[in-house]
Amino acid sequence: MTDVPSISANATRIVPRLDAVEAGATARHDKTDRFISIEGVARRFPSPEGLSTVFEDLWLPVRRGDFMCMIGHSGCGKTTVLNILAGLERPSEGVVIVDGKAIDGPSLDRAVIFQGHSLLPWRTVIGNVAYAVSSRWPKASRVEVEDRARKALATVGLAGSEHKRPYELSGGMKQRVGIARALAIEPKILLMDEPFSALDALSRGLLQDEVRRICTATGQTVFMITHDVDESIYLADRIVLMTNGPRARIAEIVENPLPKIRDRAGLHRTDGFYEIRNHLMDFLVTRSKALRDREVEGLDPRQPSIVRFPTLRQ
Amino acid sequence: MKASLRLRASFLSLIMLVAFLGVWQIAVSGVGKTAAMDPEYAAMMGDSATTGKSAIPGPIDIAETIWGHLKDPFYDHGANDKGLGIQLAYSIARVGIGYTLAMIVAIPTGFLIGMSPLMNKALDPFIQLLRPVSPLAWMPLALYTIKDAGLSAIFVIFICSLWPMLINTAFGVASTRTEWLNVARTLEVGPLRRAFTIVLPAAAPTIVTGMRISIGIAWLVIVAAEMLVGGTGIGYFVWNQWNNLSLANVITSILVIGLVGMVLDQLLARAQRLVTFPE
Ligand SMILES: Nc1ncnc2c1ncn2[C@@H]1O[C@H](COP(=O)(O)OP(=O)(O)O)[C@@H](O)[C@H]1O
Ligand SMILES: [Mg+2]
Repeated sequence: MTDVPSISANATRIVPRLDAVEAGATARHDKTDRFISIEGVARRFPSPEGLSTVFEDLWLPVRRGDFMCMIGHSGCGKTTVLNILAGLERPSEGVVIVDGKAIDGPSLDRAVIFQGHSLLPWRTVIGNVAYAVSSRWPKASRVEVEDRARKALATVGLAGSEHKRPYELSGGMKQRVGIARALAIEPKILLMDEPFSALDALSRGLLQDEVRRICTATGQTVFMITHDVDESIYLADRIVLMTNGPRARIAEIVENPLPKIRDRAGLHRTDGFYEIRNHLMDFLVTRSKALRDREVEGLDPRQPSIVRFPTLRQ
Repeated sequence: MKASLRLRASFLSLIMLVAFLGVWQIAVSGVGKTAAMDPEYAAMMGDSATTGKSAIPGPIDIAETIWGHLKDPFYDHGANDKGLGIQLAYSIARVGIGYTLAMIVAIPTGFLIGMSPLMNKALDPFIQLLRPVSPLAWMPLALYTIKDAGLSAIFVIFICSLWPMLINTAFGVASTRTEWLNVARTLEVGPLRRAFTIVLPAAAPTIVTGMRISIGIAWLVIVAAEMLVGGTGIGYFVWNQWNNLSLANVITSILVIGLVGMVLDQLLARAQRLVTFPE
């Protein structure tokens, strides 16, 4: 059995022609479509048996204003991809181009919301946000810094908790501070690494709503890692599926058929919702492993295939 | 419940103190004339031989001695007879100077070691070799090079305060959490600002713990150092009183040394609470 396990009957798989233009040329001719472009990136770590490859020859375009979710099993290299995008780690090979420039280390243009909340425990809530604001605008007056921090906290519903310390907050509130800190610096790109995985279902839902509201309102470009299928369907415009590691690959990019305006409560009653959900679940359960183990014909790492479903109406 | 526990503990402490003082008093008091003796011979032999009264002073003698010192702590009757307050002031000043100098050297060096794995590895053998050396072993070298007893004592304090602060600072700095450093990196915070706004607050509890260990050691060492160099200071005072066979003064000194040590420790414990952040 050499063929890839099949995808849903309704979905269309777009496999780009293999003779498509070189990636450099592509980047030039549709620049707006490649606001972020991961180009031939590899990451290897030294291991007892020489170098171990987390992934190699990874190519991924992200459009401006896109909300992109990456899903894949734990250990496949999602955090590594995000750290490379953030500039916290250097790729062993390849480059990441953001807004026409190859990235070289971390930048205030790319805000990160970490998996743990990573607040500074010796600062108050507003102190944490103000730290980011004063890093972004070093010449801003104290009043201005505080003003921006206060506004950012209000956006995530934390008005009134400014002078609490992180240890006094619940997990959900801490993560809100992390979101406020990231948004306060008005980044071009928001990078999130499983931001809600440590939260209970209720606060997770609330925070997903907040993030979706804020990001769609401002047209924020977002790259978010999750291993929660429902979360990715509710939030993302496009969902990147990553196969298991080691030597993980991008299996496909699923275009989310849900309309831009989404209603969480009605999500699971939407016609066709289960089709995309099943497609993603199938991927996690079986295809994520199968696709790594087999050389798949027509899977060009430079042009990840795109899967489209008929547009859904809520 | 908590308050009552504290209350009961204080009560118990008090009982133990009273019992201890009582036993002490009884143990050292004599039983009156033990045998008929030629009064001249008895006077020559002293109370301890003739009445069974111990040469070790009892709590009442100590209380009298303490009262004497409290009445006039700062008298100065020449080189060998200075008030307890003056002697303490000398010791505290020496510890203060030596300790402050050690802080000025140890904390920046600790930062360097903690931030640079290269410096850490390069300096490690020196630290490992010098740290176990008793600070008093430096005394002859200090006396020979500095040629001043007081300064040599300060140098010994400097040396003994150095290591705990140096090692704790290096450790605290090196164990600053990567997630906090990453916050600074993604915010493009420069190295100097990062050192002061991330590394210093993150390492502060460990650094102050080192400072607390250092002050304890410094206060232990100053007594021994001053016994060696003589002249002034509480250590010299103790030795001098031993030579005068005034055990009441020796015991008084022990109490006073303990008291000052406790105060110094409590000061740093307070500093520790100030820089500790709950998580
Ligand atoms: N610093 C490192 N040294 C060695 N191996 C690492 C390091 N960081 C990550 N890895 C390996 O890279 C792989 C991917 O890790 P990660 O990106 O954290 O996965 P994910 O976020 O998808 O769970 C894992 O197998 C992990 O063991
Ligand atoms: Mg991860």
